[in-house]
Amino acid sequence: MNKREKEAYLRDYAILKAKGKPFFPYAVAKDGAMACVVMAVIITMSLVLGAELGSKANPTTTTYVPRPEWYFFFLFEVLRVIKPPSLVPLATIGVPTLAMILLFLLPFYDRGPERRPERRPIATVTGIVVIAAMAFLTYEGANAGSPTAIEMPTPAHVVKAGGATLGEYEAGKLVVAQSGCLACHKIGENGNSGPGPDLTHIASRLPRQGIARTLVNPTAPMPSFKNLPPQKFKSVVEFLSQLK
Amino acid sequence: MPRLPKLPSPPVPGPLKAPPPRPGEGNGAVGPLEEAKEAGITVVDWVDERTSLSGAGRWLMFRKVPKGTNWFYTLGSATMFAFLSQAVTGVFLAMYYRPDPSGGAYESIRHVTNDVFLGQFVRGMHKWGSSVMVILVFLHMGRTFFFGAYKYPRELNWVIGVVLLILTMTMSFTGYLLPFDQRAYWATIVGVNINGTGPLIGPYLSDFLRGGSEFGATTLSRFYAIHMLLVPGLLAALIGAHLYLVAKLGTTAPPWLKAEKRAELHEAEV
Ligand code: HEC
Ligand code: HEM
Repeated sequence: MNKREKEAYLRDYAILKAKGKPFFPYAVAKDGAMACVVMAVIITMSLVLGAELGSKANPTTTTYVPRPEWYFFFLFEVLRVIKPPSLVPLATIGVPTLAMILLFLLPFYDRGPERRPERRPIATVTGIVVIAAMAFLTYEGANAGSPTAIEMPTPAHVVKAGGATLGEYEAGKLVVAQSGCLACHKIGENGNSGPGPDLTHIASRLPRQGIARTLVNPTAPMPSFKNLPPQKFKSVVEFLSQLK
Repeated sequence: MPRLPKLPSPPVPGPLKAPPPRPGEGNGAVGPLEEAKEAGITVVDWVDERTSLSGAGRWLMFRKVPKGTNWFYTLGSATMFAFLSQAVTGVFLAMYYRPDPSGGAYESIRHVTNDVFLGQFVRGMHKWGSSVMVILVFLHMGRTFFFGAYKYPRELNWVIGVVLLILTMTMSFTGYLLPFDQRAYWATIVGVNINGTGPLIGPYLSDFLRGGSEFGATTLSRFYAIHMLLVPGLLAALIGAHLYLVAKLGTTAPPWLKAEKRAELHEAEV
């Protein structure tokens, strides 16, 4: 907007404003009605949906689902879709930071005098696309399950070895299934394919010590599992290092 | 600025000056009944004489709002009411909450949910209110975006609005940990780790949030302090600034109104 357009806007606006109604009581009445609707919605949701409380936080277990509040689902989903580990920082921080900077600076790069949405096609279409994308990602994120069971055939060499090996394998499978690994990893047909890498053939990539080291000292966003009880930890490593 | 009704001139405190006699009222003696009737006005006047607040009040309440202002314009104040509801329910929850990660936090929330009178109701309002507030912030932002309300002269209000958006999301992120159940704990660990992948300040930010390199005892009290002191304070102050600018600049007219007025001017010129 140049100087002339600014002045024209202020002049137009002054006329429109002078023709308007006082804030009190007209706008106040509308705002008040809306406030009542908001409170009614909140109260109804509280009465109908209640406030659940899960089981107590326990750094050493099992059965947790690392799931954010629903309005962060879209971020979680971006994280899941962008798979290569080298790109993960881009997904987690790069995209949101860029979006925020673009949002902050909006009034400084969109300076045209036009305000009607149908005459600002670029802004309007961008806005609709962004909303649709966020709705889609939220929906996908909401439906990305976090299964708590692993179903896959036991490898032949483990069955043949039998005894302690088979026992550790089964125990480890259970712990992995219950420890939420599947929220971020795919093992066989189970779990989500991201943000972590597919673990179906992890043992052919990573030696036993490497797996243990990853579990103790992982790269973000994977949480550390060094607080697992030693027995469970051992089973997990045992299970994963059989996945050739 | 439109013409405003004038307030009566501030009265000098009673004992100093006798009120002028009124028609048909003898020598002007005022009974206790009349004094009681006027007490309300007197208090208002007393405060106003010392603060001149009534001018600001009139400026705020009797400013004109452009014609055609529709229901979309109520989304901002709806967000504010959701925030107020969060503030009030949050105060009640804070009366019971203990930021103690070794069981106290979880136990205090369990106590509120199961034992305290209306505890589950208030906690539910706070929990679902957060979702409602997030939705309303986004709707309000959408309204200002599609109506081009961020353009001259309201750029600064948009910038403040984006900060409000970030603070609202921060509230929800920090609040999610406080019940300290499994969901809360693990989602927050992952969230903080995600923060740590950020460039430059990322690792420092997640160290700050955790209160060290480990997710430990200080983490919860940090989140608690951020959630119930730091961010709400900032939010309240910035909402104030946001509303001041709204009152000062006036709300935009709906973008479609302009054309109509141009036509009118044309007629006037002919
Ligand atoms: C919040 C998501 C998340 C969870 C939960 C998670 N991981 Fe990971 N994991 C990742 C990410 C992301 C990587 C990639 C990090 C990297 O490559 O530096 C990874 C890497 C790994 C690796 C190394 C893979 C390789 O190819 O180098 C192993 C092994 C692993 N995870 C096992 C597990 C196990 C076992 C569990 C459950 C006990 C688990 N993870 C839970 C996200 C997660
Ligand atoms: C805590 C969150 C917020 C509150 C309480 C709030 C409150 C308000 C209120 C009451 C108004 C008056 C007009 C209306 O209701 O539409 C307003 C206007 C405005 N808000 Fe917000 N707001 C918030 C967040 C935001 C966000 C996230 C943005 C955008 C990034 C934003 C941008 C604006 C703009 C540009 C206006 C001027 C609109 C006009 O003049 O038509 N606000 N805000």
